[in-house]
Amino acid sequence: MTSPPALLELRDVTVRFGGLVALDGVSFDVPQGRVTGVIGPNGAGKTTVFNVICGFVRPDEGRLRWRGEPLTRHRPHDLTRLGIARTLQGLGLFPGLTVVQNVMVGAERHARAGFLSALFALPRSDRDEAALRDRAMRLLTELGVAEVAGRFPGELPYGVQKRVALARALVAEPDLVLLDEPAAGLSAGEIDELAALIRGLRDEVSVVLVEHHMDLVMEVCDDVVVLDFGRLIARGSPDDVRDDPLVVAAYLGDEVDDSAADELTEGGTETHDQPSHGGGVGSEARRA
Amino acid sequence: MNLQTTNPQPKNARAHAPLDRGWAGVVLRMLRRHTLLRHTLLAVVAVVALAYLTGAVSPYRDLQIAHMAYIVCAAAGLTVLTGLGGQISLGHGAFMAIGAYTTALVLNHWAWPLAAVLLAAVTVTAVAGFIVGVAAARLHGPYLAGATLALAVGLPGLVSYEPVTGLLGGQNGLSVSPSPPPLALGETFPLERWQAWISCLCAVIVMWLLANLTHSRLGRSLPATRDDEIAAALSGIRVARVRIITSVVAAACAGLGGGLLAVVTTLAAPGAFPLTLSLQLVAAVVLGGLGSLAGAVWGSVVLVLVPNWASDPDASAHLPHNVASNLPALIFGTVLIVVTLLFPRGMQGGFRWVGRQVKRRLTERTG
Repeated sequence: MTSPPALLELRDVTVRFGGLVALDGVSFDVPQGRVTGVIGPNGAGKTTVFNVICGFVRPDEGRLRWRGEPLTRHRPHDLTRLGIARTLQGLGLFPGLTVVQNVMVGAERHARAGFLSALFALPRSDRDEAALRDRAMRLLTELGVAEVAGRFPGELPYGVQKRVALARALVAEPDLVLLDEPAAGLSAGEIDELAALIRGLRDEVSVVLVEHHMDLVMEVCDDVVVLDFGRLIARGSPDDVRDDPLVVAAYLGDEVDDSAADELTEGGTETHDQPSHGGGVGSEARRA
Repeated sequence: MNLQTTNPQPKNARAHAPLDRGWAGVVLRMLRRHTLLRHTLLAVVAVVALAYLTGAVSPYRDLQIAHMAYIVCAAAGLTVLTGLGGQISLGHGAFMAIGAYTTALVLNHWAWPLAAVLLAAVTVTAVAGFIVGVAAARLHGPYLAGATLALAVGLPGLVSYEPVTGLLGGQNGLSVSPSPPPLALGETFPLERWQAWISCLCAVIVMWLLANLTHSRLGRSLPATRDDEIAAALSGIRVARVRIITSVVAAACAGLGGGLLAVVTTLAAPGAFPLTLSLQLVAAVVLGGLGSLAGAVWGSVVLVLVPNWASDPDASAHLPHNVASNLPALIFGTVLIVVTLLFPRGMQGGFRWVGRQVKRRLTERTG
């Protein structure tokens, strides 16, 4: 797991909101060309990790390194230029823009024409726009949603909107993409497509995803980081993490009553036999 | 307008000349691809149309057209700020006041050529817009509305401030004496038509620039920051910077509008910039269709014409005085309510709807 160099490093990151410790000395690496899953029960600090990486939240202690360089005082709008893109839990598509315009906004990083060439409609502004549109269309085609390019997001089914949001993140050609609950609200079939898509991404871009949907996590992640009450309690391959007693305890609570314990042992044996089903932790997590 | 472009149209057009359809197709494609060509063509058409219009009507109507044109300048800037950028400004009249006073001061003290004077007015208001924009970038919704409202209420009051009454003329304001129409136009050329020309030319330039801007990257970044600030930032848009740029642009347009107001009414006085002016501008922009530049024109036309009809002595002669004097506001308010109820996207939205209906009927008939 340590062979590829770390793209992003978190070291002893601590975040406090007043008296609440949202992250408590969290350290982990995001290796290049891999899919890293961040999981944990509700309120474990998963989204805070994303917010720290994105510069929405400054860590009280600890530091971040991006490609070996310290990452301090960066602001959310710097991310795409650094090579980091993020999708949002609530999609955050712009309802007033068409699908292709939404994706073109994501391609802002590649825009060259400035204010004056826009004001006087110089040919370079037109060329710039055409290039951005091409980029956006290419990505929409790749994700299979090119035919809705001229529509507004509000007219589209949720699954298609999710693809558009993903296209908007990927069009910046990031080195790292942060996916915040990519499977939320998708049907089983759509989740399978999403899994294939994320695995396909791995060749070009590293992925970190926060996800409640354990089947997806177990299927697509190379590494999994488990948080509980702001502390990192386990990390490793999906299989390692699934069997980690600390992780099981975190999802089920410490004091396990009889029926839950039964399920736990059942789930445990099941996963040993059929790792690809990703039973155990996943099914419990969804119930919890 | 300095719009000299190398126009490759004739060469390509000749290549496709044999087929009329192909020729038209090439021109259309060319126009679609080249924003500059498209907008410049529209601007030239507008200038020619306005030149005919102002020549065909009475001097009184010319003056009305001049009024509409400077309102268009301010409203067009406001529709970009509010409609596309989602920033409320209830203080746009204050920027017009800054533009008007700058025009009056520069014209009275240095007697620069009018273009330079108006450019100075634009520059000064742009600086004011920058300062307000920096503050406003941190404010949202009702707070922004409140801050800009305070600007509209407070700024015109400044002229009564003791140390500057000498400079700004207090409540009486400053009189402006713009240059008369050039003699080349003939001795009897009406002043009103000259004023309408100046005003309309400026309005066309403003529309041309804003149309360019809204068809560029900024025209996308603005609605993005309006719709979802966080998603916009994550896409690499510097939200605060975009907002400040918009504020500067909107203020500069209002400054030009104010400068033209001073030139057309030959006066820069606090009475010309009451709070109602700012509110009427917002109303005009909503009425015309938020975020639509064409809508800013419709809104401005209604804003100038409706009170004019309402204050027509023939119509209001039999009404009690206090009803008649409030009639313009009443009618404008009614028009605003009716249009907003019928067409939530304003008059421009209504026109588009009608256009779509007509198109559908036509295709149904042929198909």
